[in-house]
Amino acid sequence: MGELFSQYNVLGAFGITIVLTVLSALGALVIGTLVAIMRVSPVGFLNKLGALYVNLVRNTPLTLIIVFCNIGFIVNLGMSVSDDFARNNLVWATIGLAFYHAAFVCEALRSGVNTVPAGQAEAARSIGLSFGQSLREVLLPQAFRGAITPLGNTLIALTKNTTVATAIGVAEVAGLMKTMQEDRPDLMVPIFLVVAIGFVILTLPIGLVTTHLSQKLAVKR
Amino acid sequence: MSSVLFDIPGPKARARHRLIMIVSVVLTLLALWWALSRFAAKGNLEAAKWTPFLTADIWVNYLIPGLLNTLKAAAISVVLAGAFGLLFGIGRLSENAVIRWISTVIVEFFRSVPVLVMMVAAFGLFSFNRVFEASINPLAAVITGLTLYNGSVVAELLRSGVGGLPKGQSEAGLAIGLTRSQTLRSILLPQAITAMLPALVSQLVVILKDTALGAIITYPELLTTFSQIGSYKSNPVPALIVIALIFIAINYLLTTAAAKIESRLRDKGRATIAKGTIGPPNPVDLKPVEEALIAADENVLHERYRTPDK
Repeated sequence: MGELFSQYNVLGAFGITIVLTVLSALGALVIGTLVAIMRVSPVGFLNKLGALYVNLVRNTPLTLIIVFCNIGFIVNLGMSVSDDFARNNLVWATIGLAFYHAAFVCEALRSGVNTVPAGQAEAARSIGLSFGQSLREVLLPQAFRGAITPLGNTLIALTKNTTVATAIGVAEVAGLMKTMQEDRPDLMVPIFLVVAIGFVILTLPIGLVTTHLSQKLAVKR
Repeated sequence: MSSVLFDIPGPKARARHRLIMIVSVVLTLLALWWALSRFAAKGNLEAAKWTPFLTADIWVNYLIPGLLNTLKAAAISVVLAGAFGLLFGIGRLSENAVIRWISTVIVEFFRSVPVLVMMVAAFGLFSFNRVFEASINPLAAVITGLTLYNGSVVAELLRSGVGGLPKGQSEAGLAIGLTRSQTLRSILLPQAITAMLPALVSQLVVILKDTALGAIITYPELLTTFSQIGSYKSNPVPALIVIALIFIAINYLLTTAAAKIESRLRDKGRATIAKGTIGPPNPVDLKPVEEALIAADENVLHERYRTPDK
C-alpha cells in the first residue's frame, strides 16, 4: 500500500476532491438559499420558478450536468474562464456541482422551515414582534436547526459526487483510481480500499458533527 | 405557499408582491433571452440540429437502445438492491451481536463510498480477472456499484421503518406467542415495508440517475448516445438536451408516483418515513423496540416453561 502513496499523488488527488467539495458546497449554499427564498416567498411566480428549478435539476443525472458543462459551456459556447485546460474544467465542474446540489440545499432548507409549527409565527406576531423580528428571533433560528440534518446529508452526498467530475477530466480521486488500476492491476483491491477508506474518512466526520449538532441544537417541542 | 412565514397579505403587501412579480418576470425573460441568443449564436437553434430527433432513425438506432440499456441496468439493480437491503436490514435487527455488527459495518461502509468508485473498482476487478465476457463487464460493474450502494440505503430504510413502528406492535406479536423472528417477519416487516414504499420509489430515481455514471466506464446507456448522435448529426448540445428531457420525464413520473403512494398511505392512516430521514445524522432509536422484544420474549419463555408444571 505504501507503494501506491509513493508512486502516485494520492493525497494531491484527495486535495482536489476537497477543493471541489468546499467550493461547490459554498456555491450550492448560496444558490440553494436563493432558490429556497423563492420557494417560500409569497409571490406565486417566484414560487413556481423555484419549483421548476428544483424539479428539473433534481431529476437530471449529475453526470449529464457535468458533461454539459464541458460540451455545452466550454466547447460549444466557448465560455472559458481560464486558458489552462485543467483549471477550466475544474471551475466548470465546481459550477455544475454547485447548481446540482443547490436543488437539494433548497429542499433541505424548506424542510427546515416546515418543521416550525404555525403557532410559533402566530405567537411571535401576537406578542407584537414585527415581520422582520419574528423571522430573525423566532422562525429562522428554529428553521436552521431543523435543516441541519438534511444539509449534512447533502454535504455528504456532495463529497461523494465530486467523483463525477472525472467525466470531464478533473484530476480528482476517481480519475487517479482509474490510472492506478491500469498501471497496477495486481493492486486492484488495495487501490479500492485506499480510495474507499479515504472517502469514509472524509464523510464520517460530517455525519458525526451533524448528528451532534442536530441533537445539541434540537428544538424541544 | 408557506403559511408559517407570511401573514395573509393586505392591499399594500399585494401591491408589493405584484411589483416583485413583474420585476422577476422581466428579469427571467431577460435571462432566458440572453441564454437563447448565446445558444443561437453558435447555431444550436437551427432547425437542422433539431429535426433529426423527429426521424425514426435517431430514436430506433440510438436513443431507444440507450434507454433500454439504462432501464435494464436500473431494473436489475433494483431487484438485487432489494435483496441486499432485506438481507442486511434484517441483519442489523438481529439479536446476534456478531451478525448485527457485521451488517452495520457493511451497510455503513458501502453508504459512504461513492457509487462511481465502486463501479470503477468493480469494472477493474471484473475485466482483470475475466469474471464475465468482455462485453458484459461494464453492465456487471454498473449493477455491482448500484446494488451495493442502494442496497445499503434500503437496509437503512428498513431499519428505520421497523424502528418507527409503535412499541405495541412487537409486544402484541410476542404476547400472542410468536417468536422474535416470527414477530419480525409477519408483523414488523410488512408494516415497515409499506411505510418505506414512498422512499423506496424515490430511491428508484436515484438508481435511474446513477446509471448515467455507467457512461464513465463505457456502459452504452442513454447518456453515451449523445456523443454518437452528436458526431453523426453534429448537434451534441441539442442531443444532450433531448437526453436530459427523457431522464427528467421518467424521473418526474417516478417522483409523482412516490408522492401519490405517500398520500394514499396517509389517507389510510398508515405512517410513512420521509426520504430525508435516513442516514447517520438521524439515528433511529431502536432501544425501546429491542428492550420490549427482549423483555416480552423472556416473559413468553417463562410462561411457556411454567405451564407444564401447573
